[in-house]
Amino acid sequence: MNNEVAMRAKGICKGFDGKSVLEDLSVSVSHGELLAIIGPSGVGKTTLLRILNGLLEPDKGKVYFMKEPLGFEHDCDLEARRRMALLSQKPYPLMKNVWDNVAYPLRLRDQKEIDKKVSDALEHVSLLETADRKASTLSSGELQRMAFARATVFEPEILLLDEFTAHLDPYNISVLEDAVDWYLKEKNAAIVMVTHNLFQAERISSSTAFLFDGEIIERDRTEKIFNEPEDERTEAFVSGEMVF
Amino acid sequence: MTGDLLHVTLLSIFVSVSATLLASAMAVPLGTIMGLRKFRGREVIRTVTYTLYGFPPVVAGLLIYLLISSQGPLGSLDLLFTPTAMILAQMVLVFPIVTGLTMSSVSQVAEDVKETAMTLGADRWQTAKTVLNEARIGVISAIMIGFGRAIAEVGAVIIVGGNIKWHTRVLTTAIVLETRRGNFEYALMLGVVLLSVALFIFFILKRYQEKGVKM
Ligand SMILES: Nc1ncnc2c1ncn2[C@@H]1O[C@H](COP(=O)(O)OP(=O)(O)O)[C@@H](O)[C@H]1O
Ligand SMILES: [Mg+2]
Repeated sequence: MNNEVAMRAKGICKGFDGKSVLEDLSVSVSHGELLAIIGPSGVGKTTLLRILNGLLEPDKGKVYFMKEPLGFEHDCDLEARRRMALLSQKPYPLMKNVWDNVAYPLRLRDQKEIDKKVSDALEHVSLLETADRKASTLSSGELQRMAFARATVFEPEILLLDEFTAHLDPYNISVLEDAVDWYLKEKNAAIVMVTHNLFQAERISSSTAFLFDGEIIERDRTEKIFNEPEDERTEAFVSGEMVF
Repeated sequence: MTGDLLHVTLLSIFVSVSATLLASAMAVPLGTIMGLRKFRGREVIRTVTYTLYGFPPVVAGLLIYLLISSQGPLGSLDLLFTPTAMILAQMVLVFPIVTGLTMSSVSQVAEDVKETAMTLGADRWQTAKTVLNEARIGVISAIMIGFGRAIAEVGAVIIVGGNIKWHTRVLTTAIVLETRRGNFEYALMLGVVLLSVALFIFFILKRYQEKGVKM
């Protein structure tokens, strides 16, 4: 199985209105790896994911997608963008029906066997019965499950998850976490999951990075980060003693 | 009398529908681009377009008149006092409305939709199409409002059309004429026809608001 680095960010700096958010940050994720990025809110987790997805241009630094440098914003090449997906905290339906929403990325790519792919994707998040419903009638948990199906139906090699279960109930969280786990193993995908939920990071990630003060303070196997962190700031954060 | 009424009504529809469609064909793409892109001067353009909503029809008529009268730059085309001239004048009125309202309804949905579409692999053209589909209720309202302005105005068509019977007389200019002649009942009846025409066209457009586009 291929365990190569799928995506690497190097020396990323990004600020807004003169205020620095990310400072010389480097991070990488490999195929078959679920990397959790933890850190207090406002630390720049979403900003980092948007840079990795090519949506936002860093002030400095580069992102390598399968070893090739990635363009940003209008220069982000379509081919690279079509091989990754970003699932955000607040999903936005683009079409009326659940089915059409999930078919959307396939239609963009003129893919074949749309019916089978869409129903498989819906099945994995237990949404097949809602296929014909209007997306606007879904509960927030169902909507996020639909968004997960939509983000994975085209089998991206890299999946970026931004607080993807925030404010959801335990049932929906477990359906979504199972789906992520399945996707990781089935597709040998590279997954970056941003979360401020420490339990979630501990539950499903294989490695964890602690983002603080604009940089990755520490990165290791999840078990190591949560049980024997090297840095005292990491220790304070994972033990819940860090005060913000 | 009835043949006359039919002609006046059909010409009204023809002129205003043509003006709305032709102006929208330019205004919707322009408004979409302006709503999608954040560029310097967007606020200025927005304010200017809003001001143009109140553009006086007589001034639009005057401008087109100067353009197509025999001494004007397009004088050789012999357009003065033709339905074509009336269409041109109404286009001047419809264009800023449809552009401005399209721009604001697109920019309302733009950020979320644009980013979602892009993360799912849409190219620029597909992104624009998706945004336009999300904004369609607003965009079709824009076209309706533009049409409403076109069919209801009188100043521009009377200047460049001349209110010539069987040739350039439309519902609004006929109302002016009949009122002046003291035929109030007939003028009122023309008013009712005018409203019905507008209502009929609105119903047709409304159906597209609900449908949406297949990607
Ligand atoms: N588009 C933007 N314009 C200005 N400031 C922003 C923008 N996006 C993010 N920020 C700021 O950058 C910091 C990090 O934000 P974010 O990446 O959303 O944090 P997190 O996801 O870790 O909670 C915050 O202080 C936020 O206010
Ligand atoms: Mg965030």
